Amino acid sequence: MGLPNNRSRTTNPFTAMSNLIDDFFRSIFEFIINVLDVVFTFLQNRIGIKGMAYFFVLPNLLIFGIFILTPMVLNFFYAFTGGDNILLDQRTYVGTQNLETLFTCENFLDPNSCREDLFIRAVGNTAVFVVVQVFWMILMSLITALILNRDIRGRGFFRSVFFYPVLLSPIVVGLMWRWILQENGILNSILLDIGLERISFLASASWARLWVVVISVWSLMGFYTLILLAGLQSIPADLYEAASMDGANEWRKFWNVTLPLLMPTMLVVVVLSTIRAVQVFDVVFAFTGGGPGTATQYIVQYIYTNGFASATRQFGLASAASLAMASVLIVFTLLQLRLRGTED
Amino acid sequence: MGFLSNTNGRESLNWTDILTYLYLTLGTLLMFGPVLWIVFSSFKTERELYTFPPRLLPYQQELVTVAGYDDPLPLFEVPQEDGSLVTLARVRRVGLEAQMVDPANPAEIISADNTTLIPIERVVFSLANYQEGIQSFAFARYFLNSVIVTVVATFLTLLVNSMAAFSLSKYQYRGRNTIFLVIIGTLMVPISVILVPAFLIITQIGWNNNLLGVIVPGAATPTGVFLLRQYMLTIPDELLDSARIDGASEWRIYSQIILPLAGPALAVLAIFSVMWRWNDFLWPKIVLTRSELFTLQVGLNAFQGDLQIQWHLVLAMTVLTILPITLVFAFLQRYITTGIATTGMK
Repeated sequence: MGLPNNRSRTTNPFTAMSNLIDDFFRSIFEFIINVLDVVFTFLQNRIGIKGMAYFFVLPNLLIFGIFILTPMVLNFFYAFTGGDNILLDQRTYVGTQNLETLFTCENFLDPNSCREDLFIRAVGNTAVFVVVQVFWMILMSLITALILNRDIRGRGFFRSVFFYPVLLSPIVVGLMWRWILQENGILNSILLDIGLERISFLASASWARLWVVVISVWSLMGFYTLILLAGLQSIPADLYEAASMDGANEWRKFWNVTLPLLMPTMLVVVVLSTIRAVQVFDVVFAFTGGGPGTATQYIVQYIYTNGFASATRQFGLASAASLAMASVLIVFTLLQLRLRGTED
Repeated sequence: MGFLSNTNGRESLNWTDILTYLYLTLGTLLMFGPVLWIVFSSFKTERELYTFPPRLLPYQQELVTVAGYDDPLPLFEVPQEDGSLVTLARVRRVGLEAQMVDPANPAEIISADNTTLIPIERVVFSLANYQEGIQSFAFARYFLNSVIVTVVATFLTLLVNSMAAFSLSKYQYRGRNTIFLVIIGTLMVPISVILVPAFLIITQIGWNNNLLGVIVPGAATPTGVFLLRQYMLTIPDELLDSARIDGASEWRIYSQIILPLAGPALAVLAIFSVMWRWNDFLWPKIVLTRSELFTLQVGLNAFQGDLQIQWHLVLAMTVLTILPITLVFAFLQRYITTGIATTGMK
């Protein structure tokens, strides 16, 4: 350790203190590593470098295998067995009965004609939600990213502003907006002030659906804005200069330079936001609880209710619904992998 | 259409600049407004919360202790016939009539028309909701559970995934690509899709109503493996080889060469992990049914789930729930936003 370094470390008591704490943790960390090194060197001498490669991947594979892969396989078992017992040996094989129950409909456009009308309604609600929400999510994120990409003062600050709601938990977001939108809430007070009528936002099916879209875009757009912004900033500036020299106006530069070069990022954002939208649950759970009626019940809520919140646990139905949802997600995942593949 | 490209110079303020700053101002209002509204509301008395139209600041009626009365009495301004106002305290209401008393002269009861009374109010940021909330809502307990889950899970996530990523990026062995593909293949299969069987496994292990059941299942995240592996691929193999020549064990290479060099990627994963775990709801709700084990999110939801939602308490507890993550963000926002932007994935 050199002398100048030492002197700078004692300039003020606060730095000295934090350096002391830093050194303390560092030496503890090093001590742990050294102790483990003795153990693992012994291990390495027995199993070799190749063996260590397996050793390093093992903890991850164990957790992954037990809590993700096994359940994925078991999910099929549940989907094809009946009864309300969660233990595997207490369940009887019923073939495709659960899936049939979910998808038996005289007319798929009329949920009332379905055996399990709640599920069909949930699927319909989810489908509409995904399409509308992803559209607005992309549009708002893109506009915000384009604006943040301009030569503005305080870009870092504004980037954080739009990102802040991403940190809030879905439960908090749901409760917060419920308070704002209630009958005697601030929004209704503003509506009355500007001469409009009071609206029961959470008692009307279409208003509730609309607000679910609005609050989910509000709470997550900052994340996609960041990704799009990174995409925009990776577009080389000389391309714009070249376009200017060719006499292109701003609009043409946007269509012929920005959009095509942003496409790979856009596709990733579309896929990510779609996958996320398909799983919408907790924010709505706190916001409307699925209501009014079944207006804002989505697939995950159906799974949750049948598997964990109803009087008789319909694990078979829940798993069959999971299976249906998983197959949709897998399609998106494959799409995502293809996109990443073409990117690299 | 200047706002569509990034080549706008800084000459003079033209209309696109005005539009830009207008958008940013409006955006700031929309992003922070709802949170601020909750914060202001959380200081209001129950009574003030239900007054319509709502006011921004938390007002409270002035109270005065009058000799001969046990409870403090609310103060009002009472219009007199000549148009002047007199400050009186209200003893009780009888229909439309209010029985008032002059605090300076407590013996004499003055009767007044209740509808003409103007309450005397002042702005008070009262912590009463917070105090009552903390008593009826086991905030400290839930907070501690959330902290334990977040810290332990993040540590475990970093350790387990960085080890796996090290193995998958720096060694050649049979089955390596298969392992990587299987992990990546489930990148988008979240735990909400496998709720029932995952719950069975937790039950079989005996981890329901145990924080371990919340912490461990999500620790091996495909996102983490992918992010760290991509980053570690950029670390040159020569570094490892020269360390081996110097006699370093594989463990030492991992802990003292790879980990420090992968710092930025580890930081991003840590941020993600903290965000996921602090805000996680569905899985903890299923695993934890005993209220002393609830995390903040589960507790908050159970708290509002009662038939009569007690907004004054729910609002205060909501503010307390978002406070820690807001503080962390305020200090680390630059790292968080640039970190996420550079890795560009979730």
